[in-house]
Amino acid sequence: MIIDTNVYVSHWPFRRLPGDELPELIAKLREHSVTQAWAGSFDGILHEDVGGVNKRLAETCRRTETRDLLIPFGTVNPTLPDWEEDLRRCREEYNMPGIRLHPSYQGYSLDDPRFADLLRQAAERKMIVQLVLNMEDERTQHPLARVTEPDTGPVLKLLPQIPGLRLVIQNRKREPSGKLLGRLSYQGEVYFDFAMLEGVGAIAKLIEEIPSDRVLFGSHYPFFYFESALLKVKESGLSESQQKAIFSENADLVLEA
Amino acid sequence: MIWDLHVHFSNFEGRTPHEKMADAIKFADRMSIERFMLYLGFPPHPKDPTPAELTQINDQVLEALQHWHHRAFGFVYLNPNHLEFSLKEFDRCVRDGPMVGVKLWIARKCNTAELDPIIERAAAMNAVIFQHTWVKVTGNYPGECTPSEFAELAARHPDTPLICGHTGGDWEHGIRAIRHLKNVSIGIAGSDPTNGFVEMAVRELGPERILYGSDAGGRSFASQLAKVHGANIPDDAKRLILGENLKRMLAPIFKRKGIKV
Repeated sequence: MIIDTNVYVSHWPFRRLPGDELPELIAKLREHSVTQAWAGSFDGILHEDVGGVNKRLAETCRRTETRDLLIPFGTVNPTLPDWEEDLRRCREEYNMPGIRLHPSYQGYSLDDPRFADLLRQAAERKMIVQLVLNMEDERTQHPLARVTEPDTGPVLKLLPQIPGLRLVIQNRKREPSGKLLGRLSYQGEVYFDFAMLEGVGAIAKLIEEIPSDRVLFGSHYPFFYFESALLKVKESGLSESQQKAIFSENADLVLEA
Repeated sequence: MIWDLHVHFSNFEGRTPHEKMADAIKFADRMSIERFMLYLGFPPHPKDPTPAELTQINDQVLEALQHWHHRAFGFVYLNPNHLEFSLKEFDRCVRDGPMVGVKLWIARKCNTAELDPIIERAAAMNAVIFQHTWVKVTGNYPGECTPSEFAELAARHPDTPLICGHTGGDWEHGIRAIRHLKNVSIGIAGSDPTNGFVEMAVRELGPERILYGSDAGGRSFASQLAKVHGANIPDDAKRLILGENLKRMLAPIFKRKGIKV
């Protein structure tokens, strides 16, 4: 049983992906015993009509074939006017447990006061915040749409100021930087996925730096092959209890909280 | 049968080549990788190595092979900026030694004429030739060639099988650059496991020209294997990509050297 905390619906702007149509996506997830997938929308990265993006996402996740499988994580872009209404709709109208942010694609840094305000309001609404640091390797981005990974340093300062915040850092790229990860995980309720983590045995190395209950399974499917995350667990040679925690138990606890 | 085209010492634990190999084999076993091609010595890897550095690097690989020749094969690292030395190093490590291929990296643009004698020497021995390529929107290193520059080299040697390493990283670009060159295969190692890579490669090149590799330990075996295991292609295509194509490319030099696998 797997809870995949890093799945997208709709279409990546720069290429069609196997799995970006709903039946294929559902089949892949079910093939690998995914019982719940936290789904954001590719549309949320660049579209300005965030209200429309979140409405479509909610409808997609409510369809008969996806119900109970896809859990919607809406988009909020704090650089847009009246973003607070998008957050309200996510929670009150669509009953979303969380939101997914893409600061590098929406042009704000993590020391922006609007970001702090968004985290604060999300925490007050008891919503999980997924902070996506990357969508792909910087070297292979479209030449007219280049972005860089945001500096997560400012998050360290914010964590003690926002009680109740549950923050999931997604798609930290390549090798983990142990010091920062450790400080983030001890400053607050911060979790990490490993979709973009690289190097042999990367998850085993990650849990030397942070508590294993802070690691969530995330595939970044359909952008990445789903099997990448699955095989990383195998490669890391984790114990059965560690695997169960990472595959589902940790995410279950985050969601229940 | 999984044979990995592309493994380095990086990120494997150990103080000696033997210890690093033992660690690499531990992970390879977990991922059902039967054999891998090993090249470059201990990191950091010099981008424009001197002859002394080349000797040291290749000696580390030779030392690793002493104990692990049943699990790995070696490719000799050469630098066309030191052409005469590189040809002698090829003779030492491949013609007269146990290595079976050539690794060319980023010391010099690969479309320059200085590479031709290396290609010819390697081809005469049926050694497998691997040339690193990338096309980075962030900018390549000065001597780092793109798949299009690699295509110029490949066009000058139409009867010599050549491997376009990394498929240029930006594989949508790389596949296009080399698809007209029937002597070129692609290595799929060392880039994100982006969904659709292998499907496009099979569509444009056919499965016979695609070689699985990982670029471990900098990359994981896992993410790179996923490109093949997760691809929506027939099982027989997966078998070709995961090992049969590489084994076929190596067969002539195995025969020449009397290597039985």
